[in-house]
Amino acid sequence: MHMSDALLSPAVGVTFWAGTLGTIAYCSKKMKENLDEKMIPLMGVTGAFIFAAQMVNFTIPGTGSSGHLGGGMILAIILGPYAAFIVMASVLTIQALFFADGGLLALGCNIWNLGIYPCFIGYPLIYKPIVQKGMSPKKILVASLLSVFVGLQLGAFSVVLETLFSGRSELPFGTFVLLMQPIHLAIGVVEGFITAGVINYVKAARPEILESIAEMRPLSSEIKVKKVVLALLAIAIIIGGIVSWFASSNPDGLEWSIERVYGKPELPEHETGIVALLRAVQERTAFLPDYTFKKKETLKEQETTGKEEVASAKGEEAPRSDANAWPNVEAGTSVSGILGSAMMLSLIFLIGYGIKAIKKKGAKRRNGISHPAG
Amino acid sequence: MTHHIIDFKDVFFRYPDGTEALKGVSFRITHGESIGLVGANGAGKSTLLLQMNGYLLPSSGFINIGDLELTKKTRQDIRKKVGVVFQNPDDQLFMPTVYEDVAFGPLNLGMSAERVIDRVNSSLQTVGCLDLREKPPHHLSGGQKRAVAIATVLAMEPDILVMDEPSSDLDPKSRRYLMRLLKGFKHTKIIASHDLDFILEVCERCLVIKDGRIVADGTVSDILTNQSLLEENNLELPLSLQKTHIMDASAKGGLLPDPSHLHSDSINRETGMATAASETCGVMEGTLK
Amino acid sequence: MDFDKEYFNLGVLDTLSYKNTLIHRLDARTKVIATFAFIVTVVSFPKYEIAGLIPFFLFPAVIFSLGDIPFWFILKKVLVVSVFAVFIGIFNPLFDTHVMYDFLGIPVSGGWVSFFSILLKFFLTMCSALLLISTTSFPGICHALRKLGIPEIFISQLLFLYRYIFVLMEETLRMVRARDLRSFGKRGQGMSIFINLLGTLFIKTIERAERIYHAMLSRGFSGTIHFVKRDSLRKGDFLCLSITGVVLYIFRTYGIVSLIGKQAERMF
Repeated sequence: MHMSDALLSPAVGVTFWAGTLGTIAYCSKKMKENLDEKMIPLMGVTGAFIFAAQMVNFTIPGTGSSGHLGGGMILAIILGPYAAFIVMASVLTIQALFFADGGLLALGCNIWNLGIYPCFIGYPLIYKPIVQKGMSPKKILVASLLSVFVGLQLGAFSVVLETLFSGRSELPFGTFVLLMQPIHLAIGVVEGFITAGVINYVKAARPEILESIAEMRPLSSEIKVKKVVLALLAIAIIIGGIVSWFASSNPDGLEWSIERVYGKPELPEHETGIVALLRAVQERTAFLPDYTFKKKETLKEQETTGKEEVASAKGEEAPRSDANAWPNVEAGTSVSGILGSAMMLSLIFLIGYGIKAIKKKGAKRRNGISHPAG
Repeated sequence: MTHHIIDFKDVFFRYPDGTEALKGVSFRITHGESIGLVGANGAGKSTLLLQMNGYLLPSSGFINIGDLELTKKTRQDIRKKVGVVFQNPDDQLFMPTVYEDVAFGPLNLGMSAERVIDRVNSSLQTVGCLDLREKPPHHLSGGQKRAVAIATVLAMEPDILVMDEPSSDLDPKSRRYLMRLLKGFKHTKIIASHDLDFILEVCERCLVIKDGRIVADGTVSDILTNQSLLEENNLELPLSLQKTHIMDASAKGGLLPDPSHLHSDSINRETGMATAASETCGVMEGTLK
Repeated sequence: MDFDKEYFNLGVLDTLSYKNTLIHRLDARTKVIATFAFIVTVVSFPKYEIAGLIPFFLFPAVIFSLGDIPFWFILKKVLVVSVFAVFIGIFNPLFDTHVMYDFLGIPVSGGWVSFFSILLKFFLTMCSALLLISTTSFPGICHALRKLGIPEIFISQLLFLYRYIFVLMEETLRMVRARDLRSFGKRGQGMSIFINLLGTLFIKTIERAERIYHAMLSRGFSGTIHFVKRDSLRKGDFLCLSITGVVLYIFRTYGIVSLIGKQAERMF
């Protein structure tokens, strides 16, 4: 499933965008070395193929419901991991723009979720090793099923983490996981069969196609297990840093899961150092406006309704006070809020309508003067 | 003007899977000639065309285009002289806009930005599609795509123009327009087509290819009136020439389709020049934007 | 997800993007940057924010009217894709039940507030993405991304992808129609037929790639695609970006809605 903008916080969105862009740059660099000229039109057209293929539906045997193809694994098998990641990113970009699938900020997450795992984990660590020892249709099927399964599970889990770290949804970690993983298990089985099916079909009908494309791949497309493990470690460290920052400033959201994992509501080792630094950055630049701004607005409201006790708390630090930022039952503010909203919306509507009316008048005037053209 | 001559000397070509597509093809084309290439499906027309700009190289024999013998090294240069328009314009228009497609060739030739702009504009002007400059190819009609595909090749100012089935998928108006356009070109033209009426109109000389060999080489009036030759090659007389035969046959009481559409077709041909109106690109003479 | 309908929608948006209005004429970079800034700002509001989001509707309103974009068409598309966000968001009222507001006597739980916030954010962000593609041709966006630093290899193949989506979708459409006309009920639509369809389509795709490559070679291609240099940043672009930045900042920092509301309250 695709991540959605509305469930994201800027921090998570930008982080994953950074990861995605970095990977795109890396893949592009890798492709440039020893690029076969034919690769670029091939990649483009294959991407269009995946796009079209995703729109064809079919009935899933046994359930009668319809399903669709994801495509990351097929791409990785045919084009190799670097090209496949680029193509997958492109397909998702088109979907995000033309079909509003997820959103533009979430696009960074979606490319990561649907691209990294099949291309850099599923394919090199699972599919290739299995198929290396002989490419019988059965082996291909097993390899496809396993690699797709792992890829989708990781992708689904990433959605859970992204939603969790963003703090917009109240869905607890456990429930979310229980929701996402089984669904993606089913999707994984179907996609694994399709992937294997298409590969086997093409191998049977036109084996030279897959071979000739394989020859076109950049030579250094061998991804070593060591590299992958190192990369995963690096990612884990970064995520750990973000987690701990969030943990100390948003206890409510992550408390539950952190407690489950560590047995304590916070990670004391990280209290100083990274977290303190981030907090300082936050207060100075308001890079993540979440907590600072919320405080300011709450204070404004509280001042006007006369709750001065809280105002004095302004001096206290920390976004840890997210709990305090919730106003208690504020009858006064809700009325002014609604009134203000209504007026604002009417104003906006008038502006929009006014612009249209002015345009129409302008067009009428122009049409009236010009002669009928050929 | 030796640099505009195409010379095939005993050319053989075998595909990787063993199919012998050309079995000793020889002919000579001089500057300014317009040649029609006809034959049954599978006779080797497409293979022959693919040799013209070096996409395929002969297995044996020689091909000379201009002063250059066709080899792996020279084919890039030969491609500057020979422009090939493919059967399917969607394969040829691969850039996001018409402008970029027509500019593709000149940019690859290393021209300066201003010259590129000039080339693009004049090529599009020639085919009557200047107002389609900013459009993406998938917004064009079949006839427009065909015209723009020709423009993409014209922009490289080749001496020799090779076309594969140029009139297929065109509605009669577009086809009429294309005929007029091609008759106006001074390039050496080689046109492979099943549309014998088209070739009758546009070409002067005709090569018939069968089973990888040239079996006939003569003027269009000689070849395309030779009913037995044509029928041996899964072809028949051009429809416009058949009219008289059909009229004769129906007078003898045979079962024949209503020939009146042939009659109106010939009227169109005579007055067609004047009314080649609303050209495929929707640009009337004199109302170019 | 009916194939025909999706293809049609794709075509409508694509056609819209080639219009010629004030917004369309802005440089693609301006619009991409502005859209991103808009989305990040909207999304930066905390969980329970509702009032602060209202002023942001000004942006879509202005673009809809200046750009001549059909409102209901876009609205329908937004509704269609809202499934996931709504599905996840609806859990908020279930899990967050502490009462936050007293709305004319009815207690409203935090969960409902955050759910509504999600809906508002969803609408704003989805609209802005669709408005971006309706007012900027896709090749324009690609060139903007290229000028903003995305690698050329990525951009080149992205442009090819865009170009051939329509061709491939038509080919697929023909095959799908042929399949559907020969399958009665669900019998012909099973997986094995689907796999055959995809396999055939894939082979055709590769053959097409071969022909395209040949066409490129025939026109002198030697490895790199040269892009036509057209620099088009104008005064209007800088003006637009600055105004957008300032307005976004103001809307984000100041509770305009509550200010207006309080004034109104005092007046009545």
